[in-house]
Amino acid sequence: MGEEPLVRWDWIGRNRAVLWDLLADNAVMALVPVAAALLLALPLGLAGTRRRRLYQPTVAVLNVVYSLPSLAVFIVLIPVTGLATRLTVMVPLTFYALAVLVPAVVDGLASVPDHVRQSAVAMGFTPLRRLLAVELPIAVPVVLAGLRVATVSSVSLVSVGALVGRGGLGYLFIDGWQRQFPTPIIVGIAGVVALAGAADLLLVGAQRLLTPWARARTEAPA
Amino acid sequence: MITFDGVTKRYAAGTAAVDGLDLEIPTGEITVFVGPSGCGKTTSLRMINRMVDPTEGRILLDGVDVSTVDPPALRRGIGYVIQQAGLFPHRTVAENVATVPRLLGWDRRRARARALELLERVGLEAALADRYPSQLSGGQQQRVGVARALAADPPVLLLDEPFSAVDPVVRASLQQELLRLQAELRKTIVFVTHDIDEAITLGDRVAVFRTGGRLAQLDTPERLLAGPADDFVREFLGRDRGVRRLSFVPGDVARVRTDLTVPVTADVAAARAALEGAADGGAGSGAEEWLAVVDPGGRPLGWVAPRALPGAGTLAEARPEPYGTFVRGRDPLRAVLDAALLSPSGGAIAVDGDGRVEGVVTRRALDEALARVAAGAGEAARG
Repeated sequence: MGEEPLVRWDWIGRNRAVLWDLLADNAVMALVPVAAALLLALPLGLAGTRRRRLYQPTVAVLNVVYSLPSLAVFIVLIPVTGLATRLTVMVPLTFYALAVLVPAVVDGLASVPDHVRQSAVAMGFTPLRRLLAVELPIAVPVVLAGLRVATVSSVSLVSVGALVGRGGLGYLFIDGWQRQFPTPIIVGIAGVVALAGAADLLLVGAQRLLTPWARARTEAPA
Repeated sequence: MITFDGVTKRYAAGTAAVDGLDLEIPTGEITVFVGPSGCGKTTSLRMINRMVDPTEGRILLDGVDVSTVDPPALRRGIGYVIQQAGLFPHRTVAENVATVPRLLGWDRRRARARALELLERVGLEAALADRYPSQLSGGQQQRVGVARALAADPPVLLLDEPFSAVDPVVRASLQQELLRLQAELRKTIVFVTHDIDEAITLGDRVAVFRTGGRLAQLDTPERLLAGPADDFVREFLGRDRGVRRLSFVPGDVARVRTDLTVPVTADVAAARAALEGAADGGAGSGAEEWLAVVDPGGRPLGWVAPRALPGAGTLAEARPEPYGTFVRGRDPLRAVLDAALLSPSGGAIAVDGDGRVEGVVTRRALDEALARVAAGAGEAARG
């Protein structure tokens, strides 16, 4: 056997269509749970802010969920959501993202200075309008920081799903391992990193657009 | 007018933050709530716009019980400035100022025009309009806070320790700015502070609160200084009450003499002759009085003692001693006393608004004025 190159470029060229499909599948399975978790985290975080007594047990439960090994959860879910379905992977990932995002929303709302909230009340904001126009916008930097962590970890966790038949780019790790063929493994890792990096970059861009004021803070007062 | 009618605020533990408060706050004046921490002054302020609701009693705003008004609607008609300004960090200065007009449904353009007008009014450059609050100094932020409170032109302003987080120099200028604004706007202002000097400087009337949420005394600053109601108020007013009271006595109670000023170009001989002629109503010889030397533009050069007059020539050869001035018809007696203490003559030079000499208050005239104030102290205390 001659010297085998680490990456067989011709293999990549031949499998381009499959690779794109895996990448897209990975992206969907990673990002849909994060989006769903964000939608759920807003009311949960809000409730947590209003009722501190509820918040501690909620976080405790979410942390226990976060500590469950993802593979075990996938396997437990198979009878409910089916083998090799997207849902089997996405449901647990939603809970993992929630575990990060609920505290982020609570911390974000807690980052609104009390004098700012008080002055909003005193100027005659209704509670809903105060939330939408004052508190949530000010919470954005903290929430987005949590969203970045949740997104990146979600992208990489998807690959574990390959062990239950649906893992996006994770399929390439199993394929390469079984065939003792490194190219798919390297392509898979590169794909996951690129996907996570791209998603993170988008979020950073969103942050710059949404919070020009947070950048102004770092500039010296004139 | 804002009326507190038997207002009590008790918290769950049973402690009273405000206890049986009866108070009338007149329209168009600054009423200051002052007292140590825990005296209920801020709680009382916040009951006016229903940030806090009383346990007992009523608060009437121009005869209307505020508890019958929907809180957001009530608050949009009452300006409010909080200690750290409470500006929205995610909105520009102009957007911050336009907040209440926008809540009231003004369109964006009109609200912005109003915001720019108000920024100018509180002494901020238009260039700051599109900055974010974090890019402003503490004093500038407080000015924005005041502009924001004024934006919808509310008849009532509530100011909750608005200047206590800025340094003393900035605080003094903000206080003067507020008085200048108030002279134009004539709002009904309720101002909370723990600083009695600030209360005396700003208040048309000062309400002193004692710990436990009871009103200790409500009076004009002058009457407060002259006649504290009890030991608590006396203690709270601190030292120098007598001297501070002079801030409320017009400087005009001191007689101004016009015969003791001489131009620097005058002959020494003529000056001596003037002194001989200026015998002061029999109470000693005028020859002992100091002369105020004035330059050709009418500005003071200093005092010259009769014994220090040169032998001959003009007064230009005399070495004038240091002096202090006060503006006649504007400055209080405290400024006259201060000016007198700056000069070895013991007298003060009276000037007009442009700094031109109008005459002098001699040490004796000042003594007489102070004696009259002292004699009137009992009267002021009794109100």
